[in-house]
Amino acid sequence: MHELGVVFRIIDDLTEVGKENEIEKIHSVTLQLGEVSGVVPHLLTDAWKWASDRTELMKDSELIIETLPAVTFCENCKSEYETVAHGKICPNCGSEHTYLLRGNEFMIKEIAAT
Amino acid sequence: MDNVRVIEVKRSIFESNDKDADKLRQELRESKTFLLNLMSSPGSGKTTTLKKTIELLKDKYRIGVMEADIDSDVDAKAIAATGVKAIQLHTGGMCHLDADMTRQGIRELDTSDVDFAILENVGNLVCPAEFDTGSTRNAMILSVPEGHDKPLKYPLMFSICDVVLINKIDVMPYFDFDLDKVKENILYRNPNAKIIPICAKTGEGMQEWADWLSAQIDEAIK
Repeated sequence: MHELGVVFRIIDDLTEVGKENEIEKIHSVTLQLGEVSGVVPHLLTDAWKWASDRTELMKDSELIIETLPAVTFCENCKSEYETVAHGKICPNCGSEHTYLLRGNEFMIKEIAAT
Repeated sequence: MDNVRVIEVKRSIFESNDKDADKLRQELRESKTFLLNLMSSPGSGKTTTLKKTIELLKDKYRIGVMEADIDSDVDAKAIAATGVKAIQLHTGGMCHLDADMTRQGIRELDTSDVDFAILENVGNLVCPAEFDTGSTRNAMILSVPEGHDKPLKYPLMFSICDVVLINKIDVMPYFDFDLDKVKENILYRNPNAKIIPICAKTGEGMQEWADWLSAQIDEAIK
């Protein structure tokens, strides 16, 4: 939903990283995106292409997205299950007292640069 | 290109905004300004609630309002009619405000003569929850027609709020809305949330809300 906004933030962060590491050119950027982070990968890629081409440092760079699976924990039966397949109701005991263990990450993992 | 280096960044996308928000919160504390971030879906009665809140508190505090909208100044005009300072922030298509945009708004509003600043965030229950604005307190309005299942559908929004106003309780008999269930759903996500049922139109519950707010403001600006 806010893909362009987060792309601007990634560009700001990487501009800083670029200065710290005396980088001239970033060739690729690897992100880690949780399955339920609310960010849509293809919209992110489109927004990245549009915005990064307007920078000297990141022009024509490749955006690599690694998806991290989402896992929910059930407080009632103490089991873990796949969030995307079952939502917030535990498939093992039917309880709705569950919470997300992981899967909402949104990280810049690494960059390849010269 | 054999001289390509791989550099580990390991940085959360939201991390820089979170740091910036903490900095803004500190700046506000030093300048003795309380900032309320008011969030809700479109049509929940944010502007009406705000106008009633201003009526109840404008003799006690110097109030300033920032109306964030994608592109219009309808709300800022309505607020300015109450006699308090109001500005319109255009997000230019963005679905939320981040800490830096909020800081720019605070500067434009000029809080040197404001002790209670209000940010009316973009009407949306998803994105504003992800971006800390740097506000002193977060409030959200859930209106009866939206249904009591919203805390289950938008858990992040409910988990970051200090107070949840349940608005339009006058129409409760016409909707399948369970007040006890909604309280249970909110407290399950956020045990510390203060929940106040109100009706901005009839004024019901508005004094309790104004009292809660006064206590928070007094604590922040003393």
